[in-house]
Amino acid sequence: MQYLFVAIGFLCLTYSGWFAERLLTKEKKGRLLTAGILLPVLALLATLPFYASGYTPILMTSLIMFVILAVSWALFSGPTGYMSLATAAFFGLGLYAAALIGKSVPLPVFILVGGLISFAVALIVGAVTLRLRGIYFAIFTFGLVILIAQLLVFWELHISGIRGRFVVPIDYNTIYYAMLILFAVLMLTVYFIRRSRFGLALQSIGENEEAAAHTGVNVTLVKVFTFAISAFFMGAAGATIATRWIYIDPYIAFNALFSFLPVLMAIFGGMGQLYGPIIGAVIFAYLQEELITTFAELYMLIFGVILVIAMLYMPEGLVGVILKKTEKDETPGWAILLPVLTGIVGGLAGWFAFRERRGAKELLKAGGVVTAIGVTLAIIIIFAA
Amino acid sequence: MQILEGEGVTKYFGGMAAVLKVDFSVTRGEVVGLIGPNGAGKTTLFNLISGTFTPKPGVIKFKGEKISGLRPHRICRKGVARTFQEVRVFPNMPTVENVRLGALFGTPTGLSGAEANKEADELLDFVGLSALKDVPAGGLTLVNQKRVEVARALATKAELLMLDELMAGLNSTETAEAMELVTEIRKRGVTIFMIEHVMKAIMGVCDRIIVLHHAEKIAEGTPNEIATSKKVIEVYLGE
Repeated sequence: MQYLFVAIGFLCLTYSGWFAERLLTKEKKGRLLTAGILLPVLALLATLPFYASGYTPILMTSLIMFVILAVSWALFSGPTGYMSLATAAFFGLGLYAAALIGKSVPLPVFILVGGLISFAVALIVGAVTLRLRGIYFAIFTFGLVILIAQLLVFWELHISGIRGRFVVPIDYNTIYYAMLILFAVLMLTVYFIRRSRFGLALQSIGENEEAAAHTGVNVTLVKVFTFAISAFFMGAAGATIATRWIYIDPYIAFNALFSFLPVLMAIFGGMGQLYGPIIGAVIFAYLQEELITTFAELYMLIFGVILVIAMLYMPEGLVGVILKKTEKDETPGWAILLPVLTGIVGGLAGWFAFRERRGAKELLKAGGVVTAIGVTLAIIIIFAA
Repeated sequence: MQILEGEGVTKYFGGMAAVLKVDFSVTRGEVVGLIGPNGAGKTTLFNLISGTFTPKPGVIKFKGEKISGLRPHRICRKGVARTFQEVRVFPNMPTVENVRLGALFGTPTGLSGAEANKEADELLDFVGLSALKDVPAGGLTLVNQKRVEVARALATKAELLMLDELMAGLNSTETAEAMELVTEIRKRGVTIFMIEHVMKAIMGVCDRIIVLHHAEKIAEGTPNEIATSKKVIEVYLGE
C-alpha cells in the first residue's frame, strides 16, 4: 500500500508545481478547473498521516525535503545559470542550528533561525563571490561547504569539546507538517518571484548579465538576494529534518552529497518549468530511500547510469523532453506526462510487488529495478527521437 | 550645454593603453560620431562611459556630475543608455519584455507596471517592431535585434544614447533605415554618441566627429573638416 501513497504524494507535489507554472503562463483557459483540483490535492497531502501507514509520513518528509532542496537550488541557479554547490553548507547550517538551540526553543522558532542563519551567511558569501563566474563560482561554493564543516570540527574539538550533538526528537507527523508548510511557502515564494519584476530581472541576468546591468538592473543585489532566499529554504529544511536525524556531527551535517543531489535532481527533472525539479527530486529521493536499504553498494551505480543517460539524451531534463515532444505534434502535455509518470510509478510498484514475495533473490530484485528504470527511460527517449 | 564631458580619460589593459588621455565632450541635442580604425579604443571608451570600466586616471561627467566610478546600472538610471557592438538582447524573452525591462529598471524613478507596458508598446511602435512583440528576441533577424536594443535603451528614458556600430552588418536598405531611425531619435530630444564604420552614414547624420587612433584622440571637427583632414586620411589610407 505504501507505494500507492507515495505515488499520490508524488502526483500531488508535481501538481502543485504544475499549477503554479500554469498560473504564470497567464493562460485563462481551464483555469477554474485546475484551481478546483488544487484544493483536493492539498487536502490529500495534508491528511496523509490520517490514513497512510506509520512509515509513509516519514518517507514523505524526506521526499519533500529533497523537493525543497532541489526547488530552492533551481530558484537561484536555474534563471541565473550560476551553478551553486553550496547547498550542503546552508542545509548543514540549518541542521546545526537545530542541534544548538533545539532544546530551548519550539520547532517553528528554530526552523526560522536555521533559515535566517543560512540567509545571513549567503548574503555575506554572495556579496563576495557572485563576481565569480562559471566554474570558479561552482568551485568556491563547494569550498564553502568544506570550510564551514572544518570550522565546526575545529570548534567542536578545541572549544566546545563535543564530538557530536543530539537533537530533541519531535513527533513524525509534526515534522511532516512542518516540511509540508515549508514546501508551500517555498512554492509561493517562487511563484511571486517569477511573476514579479524581480523575477524578470533575475531572468535577464541569466540571459545576458552585462546587458542587464546596462539596462539598469542592479545585478549584484538581485543575485545576492536571490542566493540568500534560496539559502533560507535550504537552512530551514535542514533545521526541520534535524529533529528526525537525532544525532549529528559536522561530517553528517555537511555531507557533500547534499550539494550534488539537488543539482542532479533539478537537472534530471528539468529546470525550464517549476515542476521539473519536483519530479526529479521525488524520483531520486524515493529511489535513494529504497535502494539504500536494499542494496547499498549498488544504488550509486544505478544513480550514475541514470545520470549519464539523462545528460546524454535529455539535457533539458524529463520535462524538457516531454515539452519538446508536445510542441512538435501539438499533443497536450498531460497526454505524455501522465503515461510517463504512470510508467515510473508502475515500474516501482511492480518492483515492490515483486519484493514483497519472500525468497526472491537479491540479484533478481536489482534486475527488476534496473529494467523498470531502463524501460521508462527508453520510452522517454523513443518519445523524444 | 555639455551633457557629457571627459577629461584625460585613460584605461590600461596590462601595460597597453586602450584609451589614453582622451578629452571629449558632447553637447545636448548633438549627434556626435566616434570613428577610428579597428582597435583604436572606441568600444573601450564607450565601456568607460557606461561603467563597465572605470577610467584610471580621468574623469567622466554627465550633466556636470561625475559618473566615472559608478556601477553600470546607476549610470543607466542617470540617463545614459547604450547598445552593443555584438547585439545583446535577452534571447528567450519576448521582444516586448526586453523593452519593458528597460522601462522597469533603467528609468531614474522606476515606472509602474502599467506605465512600463505603455512605454514598451510605444517604443516598439517607434522602431517598427509592434508586429513581433511576442516573439522571443533571439528569433529576430540581426537588424530587428538591433532595433530591440535601441528600443530597450530608449525605454530607460535616456538623455544620452550611445550606439555602438548600429549599422555594422546591415545591407544598404537597412543602413538607410537605420540612419532614418537615428534622425527620428534625435527629434525626440535624445543626444546621440555613435561609433560607426559606415562612412556614408556617419557623414550624413553627425554634427561633429571625434577620431581615435592608437588609443588617442587625433582629430575632432565637423564631417567636412574630418573628411578633408590630412591626418585622418593618413590613418585610414596609410601614408
